Amino acid sequence: MDLLIRFVAAAVAAGTPLLYGTLGEIMTEKAGHLNLGVEGMMSVGACAGFLAGYYTDSFALALLAAFAAAAASALIYGVLTVTFMANQNVTGLTLTIFGIGLSNFIGILALGRSESGTLKLPEGITAQMRGAGLPGLKDIPVAGQLLFSYNAFVYIGAVIAVLLFIYFSKTKSGLNLQAVGHNPGAADAAGIPVTRYKYISILIGGGICGIGGAYCAMIINGGVWVSNNVGGLGWIAVALVIFANWKPLNAIGGSLVFGALRILKFYVPKSVLPLPNAFYDMMPFLITALILVAASMRKKQNLSLPGNLGNHYFREER
Amino acid sequence: MKKVLSLVLALAMVFSLAACGSKDDGKTTTAAQNDGTTAAAPAETAAGGETEAGKEAGAETEGAKEGVMPAIAKEDLKIGVIHITDPAEGSGYTYTHDQGIVGMQKNLGLSDDQIVRKNNVNDSDATAIETAIQECLEEGCNVIFATSWGFMDTCEALAEEYPEVIFSHGTGYKSNGKNFNNYFGRIYQARYLSGIAAGLKTESNKIGYVAAMGKDNSEVTGGCDAFAMGVYSVNPDAEIYVRVTNSWFDPEGETQAANALLDLGCDVIGQHCDTPNPQLAAEAAGVWGVGYNSDMSKDAPKAALTSVVWDWSVYYTYAVESIVNGTWTGENYFAGLKEGLVDISPLADFCAEGTEEKINEAREKLLSGEWDVFSGLIETNEGEVVCEEGQTLDDATITGGINWYFKNIVAE
Repeated sequence: MDLLIRFVAAAVAAGTPLLYGTLGEIMTEKAGHLNLGVEGMMSVGACAGFLAGYYTDSFALALLAAFAAAAASALIYGVLTVTFMANQNVTGLTLTIFGIGLSNFIGILALGRSESGTLKLPEGITAQMRGAGLPGLKDIPVAGQLLFSYNAFVYIGAVIAVLLFIYFSKTKSGLNLQAVGHNPGAADAAGIPVTRYKYISILIGGGICGIGGAYCAMIINGGVWVSNNVGGLGWIAVALVIFANWKPLNAIGGSLVFGALRILKFYVPKSVLPLPNAFYDMMPFLITALILVAASMRKKQNLSLPGNLGNHYFREER
Repeated sequence: MKKVLSLVLALAMVFSLAACGSKDDGKTTTAAQNDGTTAAAPAETAAGGETEAGKEAGAETEGAKEGVMPAIAKEDLKIGVIHITDPAEGSGYTYTHDQGIVGMQKNLGLSDDQIVRKNNVNDSDATAIETAIQECLEEGCNVIFATSWGFMDTCEALAEEYPEVIFSHGTGYKSNGKNFNNYFGRIYQARYLSGIAAGLKTESNKIGYVAAMGKDNSEVTGGCDAFAMGVYSVNPDAEIYVRVTNSWFDPEGETQAANALLDLGCDVIGQHCDTPNPQLAAEAAGVWGVGYNSDMSKDAPKAALTSVVWDWSVYYTYAVESIVNGTWTGENYFAGLKEGLVDISPLADFCAEGTEEKINEAREKLLSGEWDVFSGLIETNEGEVVCEEGQTLDDATITGGINWYFKNIVAE
């Protein structure tokens, strides 16, 4: 039982970077833009957040830096795809390669300048970001450990998911954004500023991804800089968007499931289930494939999927 | 470029003719060899006395076996190094290898433009490996050091294609006895010593081990067994739990594996993987660990009891010196604690009392050569006896045939 609780806690920790990536990508895709640069934006956020934390020793500044830097890298994508109408897939892929390279480059530069030969976050920020959960509440047996024992990133991620849910479903602006994603021509005719909506959603989406990157650099890697620290999680987030059916609240569950699947191999004794590790590594993607199959068999039109996803909007071609 | 390539190809043809040739050809090769040695002689004196390790290693082989490749004068040397990641990382596998290259360069007094590095060469991408090596050859390299396991087969193929170039591949097992060899070390000896530190430190008697590869990988499994045997030698009650990441470099997986082990109640985390993440996970949980590759106490000063470390400069210096002297044999290189290729980093002051004495005791035994880690009765965790009393596993078994876990490793 105790191990089960620890497993769930570990699954939450493993799912958190995925949650950020997924939420960021949902935000972007709602505007009808498929940004395959999640991995790159996360890397940029990882680098900026880590270094900001390293030099300022402030968790809040690290989060801000991660958000801002990743939003800036998303701006590259935005300018290219919204204004210049470059191919979205190619731009996103390029952004991934660029983001990882830039982040490693800066990380190695900073490493070269450090005297100890290693970049390790100072104690102050480590204490702030690991937080010891919510004081008082986390001592409740079982529930305390399951709900209140996590680091700050987990709660911020959950709050962002809820905010996005409210934004999409309860606010006029959120509906406008979805209209832009479904049919920019109609949205434009209705007087919605299409380009502005697209830019804002791409920038905010990128920024959210960046916080996920900061999680990779600061929590997963124990506060020591390692190159390639996002390690492919951005790609899983892209798959998770489909798994979550473009719904922010589903993203919470989805990232928890994916997180659990990613650590299952370390928790299930081989004597119970004699499966090779490769099987567990395959699981998240197998499930995504199954969900895609199931989704394609549905008769009803899927209204969560932005109808104009991946297409450009060129006003004169209406 | 094309000219150089065609020249190299033409040379390759000439050499391959020589290789399958008659007695006359044999004579010419020895003549060439003699030339090489005389040419290299002044170079040797210049390098003399610069390193103890290098000299020792050189002395050992002297007269033992004749070189199979013509000597290359020191100023004509151009060394290509193929790395799987970037040495600028400051720790881990590639960094350690590159420190070895840097050390060799210093020991032998080579200039910077005699070393060509190809970094971030994906070792599961045969095309990328071949491109990287070809680039080195085009730049005029006559010695190639390939540092990662996955480079092995490409090196083997290219060694056949370019018989005048010396290929030396790290951590594998293949060689052709001529221009392609393999180098590795008895890292298990250092792991055994580190196991002593872990066994004495553990309070829960549960020790975790983050392994890059599963039971079928002899390098990883043998290292894990040696670690477990070190633990067993001082603390027979402790058990070892193993978690496999299936990757040589997986920052996330390595952290998660370590956390899973910590969740089981392990209070010392050993590792055979690239990042210091398992040590950092141990540090965050307030327990201890044993690092690998480079001294990880700089990353996790509150957790790392010691680290199992390589000093590759020992091999690189020895190999390049033997090429310069014309004593290169093309045989596999497999050195250990005695030669200084492997060791453990200085013990942390929070190691259990008596750790140093116990480790020194074992070290003496290993250095004396009368006993090795895989000697005497060895039982697996499935109750099988893989080594009888009075026996010692041979090197072929150690490098390629350890597919069992020692008896104190938990089978699950």
